[in-house]
Amino acid sequence: MYAALLAGAAIMLFPFLWTLITSITPGGTLSNGPTLLVKNPTLAAYQTLFKTLPMARIVANSLGIAVASTLAQLVTGSMAAYGFARLSFRFKNLVFGLYLATLMVPLQVLVVPLFIEMKTFNLQDTYFALLAPSLASAFGVFLLKQAIEAVPRELDEAATLDGASHLRIFATIIVPLIRPGLATVAVFAFMGSWNSFLWPLVVIRSPELMTLPLGLDTLHGQHLTEWDVVMAGSVVSIVPITLIYLFAQRHIIAGIASTGIK
Amino acid sequence: MSTPATSSTIASAVPDPTARPPRPGGRRTRSLKNIGWVLFFLLPSAVPLAVFTLAPMVGSLWVSLHTWNLISPMRWSGLNNYTTLLQDPSTRTVFWHTLAYVAGYLPLVYVGGLALAVALNRKLAGRSIFRAVYFLPVITSWVVVALVWKWLLNPSSGLVNAVLGAVGLPQPGWWTDPQWALPSVILSSAWKDLGFVMVILLAGLQAIPQDLYEAATVDGASPWHRFRYITLPLLSPSTFFVVVISLINGFQVFDQVFVMTGGGPAGSSQVVVGQIYDLTFRYGRAGQASALSWLLFALILIITAVQVRGQKRWVHYA
Repeated sequence: MYAALLAGAAIMLFPFLWTLITSITPGGTLSNGPTLLVKNPTLAAYQTLFKTLPMARIVANSLGIAVASTLAQLVTGSMAAYGFARLSFRFKNLVFGLYLATLMVPLQVLVVPLFIEMKTFNLQDTYFALLAPSLASAFGVFLLKQAIEAVPRELDEAATLDGASHLRIFATIIVPLIRPGLATVAVFAFMGSWNSFLWPLVVIRSPELMTLPLGLDTLHGQHLTEWDVVMAGSVVSIVPITLIYLFAQRHIIAGIASTGIK
Repeated sequence: MSTPATSSTIASAVPDPTARPPRPGGRRTRSLKNIGWVLFFLLPSAVPLAVFTLAPMVGSLWVSLHTWNLISPMRWSGLNNYTTLLQDPSTRTVFWHTLAYVAGYLPLVYVGGLALAVALNRKLAGRSIFRAVYFLPVITSWVVVALVWKWLLNPSSGLVNAVLGAVGLPQPGWWTDPQWALPSVILSSAWKDLGFVMVILLAGLQAIPQDLYEAATVDGASPWHRFRYITLPLLSPSTFFVVVISLINGFQVFDQVFVMTGGGPAGSSQVVVGQIYDLTFRYGRAGQASALSWLLFALILIITAVQVRGQKRWVHYA
């Protein structure tokens, strides 16, 4: 069984290694068939890559949009979750039902009208357009509402008697107690934005506004694919996310695992 | 307007003996204040959701009832788009391809993910390294995975065919061959998602009380029996989650198909979402594309609802 696990791990890792190897193989020798030992390793593909696309900008775009949408979803999601879990108001169930409805519609249903909305307000091909659909997520609201409902109400009642406002209870009592839920939402928000392809593909045209998936795809679409350049682009896009992953590994895995329990 | 304000001022000025803790403001100002708090907490999420999800949802339904090429004005066409789609054989083809994708992908990731989860749930040297390695593709974006696999599965200079050739096995044309295009996509997708399924199932495994296994072992249950009668039933909530999520995502498959095959060759791997994209941005049939997206949505809803209803039969919540 150990041998099988090792073989499996090799299958998981090898494509990454292969990407790296291809990216430093001189372009002309690629069609000679695969070799593991590169004869004349070169960084030419990386030079071509950075000449063809504003790569530094594209990496920064991807990271920036992912961080911004993660922060936005944490703030909007936890606030709405508090509203649904702790405030009472008329039509609460109806409003919550509308939130849940947005959760069920796949992006594909929304893409065309969303594109037109952006075009109408002349917002297509902007950072705002990239960010807009991920400012809030009903998934986050739902998950955090469950987390807040698990916090004993006595805690906020005691604080209310001491004269604390809702904002204060939210910020000083609730938020610190729902950190695991916030971590889960953060992981999903970040990965969702980092991987997002269809929406950027539809709404972004300028290379300076592209995110990594989109940039890589245009690279691949150009005339005859230069595989060394495409693989160099893949390496550039894998490195930052892998670094983040290595730092936050435990939280990321715990965050994803906790959605499946229950 | 003035009366409630005055009465509330009076109410707050004169201490009411029945009120337990003294609170500032009368009922009306309190409820106004409550509305203020509700708006404060809900608006930051309600506005973007309403503008960027609910409104486009309604818009998409509206568009689906029109003939429209995104440029000239919309023309009302009632349910025409829907009937055209239902009669068009290519609609059946793309749904069929999508179904074939899900049918190939789901068993692969589930069985693979389960085997990994069971193996990595034991005490094992390098266990956390294994988990990290198997998870690495999950954090890699779809476009990268699709590009890397397209290169690995390159029929003439790809690594996979080189290895197959070296050991004397046939070398398929992968994404250049209509027969192999969809399997290429399925293979790379399963490779990417295996770690995700593994993590969900591992969490489920760790929630199973250890003493159940000990008791079963004392009673002489074989490893297979323990797996069959303890692990599988108690893992069913996690399995349910994996199946529901995989089906929802599977029916929306797009990125990897778009990058690897573009739906080709000769439409042999075109899926529903790819068709929606092409109808809108290639053929200028936005109305029909919207109608198709609603058909897909309806199918996903039905499948999910059937699973939620059917879960009583096989999902055991502890």
